[in-house]
Amino acid sequence: MEYKDYYKILGIPRDATQDQIKQAYRKVARKFHPDVSKEFNAEAKFKDAGEAYEVLKDPEKRTAYDKFGANWREGQHFEPPPNWDAGFEFRGAGYTGGDSGGFSDFFESLFGHGQTGRQRTHVFRMRGEDQHAKIVIPLADAYWGARQTITLTRPVVDTDGHVRTSPHTLHVVIPQGIIEGQRIRLEGQGLPGYGGSPAGDLYLEVAFQEDRLFHAEKRDIHLTLPITPWEAALGATLTVPTLGGHVQLKIPPGAQGGKKLRLKGKGLCSANHRGDQIVTLQIVVPEAKTEEQRSLYRAMAEKMPFNPRSGLET
Amino acid sequence: MTEQRIYIHGVVLNEETRCTLADLCRLCGVHAEMIHEMVEEGIITPEGPSSREWFFTGIAIKRVQTAIRLQRDLRVNLPGCALALDLLDELEELRRLARCR
Repeated sequence: MEYKDYYKILGIPRDATQDQIKQAYRKVARKFHPDVSKEFNAEAKFKDAGEAYEVLKDPEKRTAYDKFGANWREGQHFEPPPNWDAGFEFRGAGYTGGDSGGFSDFFESLFGHGQTGRQRTHVFRMRGEDQHAKIVIPLADAYWGARQTITLTRPVVDTDGHVRTSPHTLHVVIPQGIIEGQRIRLEGQGLPGYGGSPAGDLYLEVAFQEDRLFHAEKRDIHLTLPITPWEAALGATLTVPTLGGHVQLKIPPGAQGGKKLRLKGKGLCSANHRGDQIVTLQIVVPEAKTEEQRSLYRAMAEKMPFNPRSGLET
Repeated sequence: MTEQRIYIHGVVLNEETRCTLADLCRLCGVHAEMIHEMVEEGIITPEGPSSREWFFTGIAIKRVQTAIRLQRDLRVNLPGCALALDLLDELEELRRLARCR
């Protein structure tokens, strides 16, 4: 079991006052709240802060915790000495509130007794909690629809009444035409209920993997297509990639860089919605490497007088 | 024998998902009064002529669930939740635009 440095988690000195603890907790909770924060590992940090506050806000628990001394470091291997909590009144009191489902083994072994004991003595019925998770899928899976196996970490209560985390594997269908930010609700796939009550639901929020070629904006798929100046000037029919495979795209004569062409229905389409692929032209000018190539450019300058900066004159 | 995999089909929650007041209460684990208060605060906007015939979209489900967590975890009151949700939407849009650059 790893030692948890609750003071470090909240960023406060060991002699912090109860008010300072409360303020520090609120600040950390706001910063790492999973609905608000985009910080890496925000959810874990939010839970750690909740656990730290659960202990430090309660003077009895805090005094007991402080007895271990200040020499322990976060993550260090730790076993509590026998009867370490003798003389404190929280034994068996369990949690005072909050979402205790995900507290650490460290917390569980020190303060977690009793809670589930209480559950066993009462006839306790409660619907399971909903679980929320994010899944990151390739764009192609959203385009075609896919089947995915995902593994979630969820808390389970073992026979001693201790809460542990265990992996939970699910096979889910990714519906065709799902877009970033949409959620899939899987009924009854959340955490199990108590006393024969139904399980909660699982909500999966979809995010897309970074793609080398494409990026999605809602249902539309964007691609930048490099073309030569003569393809732009004269027009051309080019082969372009889409999520559904290659298609032919006609470039009209006189196309300028930045022009957007639409391939209808080549975006993320579902039963009721159509997305397009938007192709943005990017004119790439070849470097003149030989004398002959340079003279070609000079001939163009002579034969095609043209001032692209006419709009800049004041 | 090979393992038989059962793939679960979920329901996509989007602008077109429709749910009634009762569905919304059940999905979010709250009483109807709470939903009424959230409607009054402008956190969610129902469609339909009267509260008996209200229906909500999949977006409302997410907003209610987020508001409940903000209330529970950060002790944000309802006007605060409404503000936070609007700012989060705006932030999301700005992040999306920044990614497109």
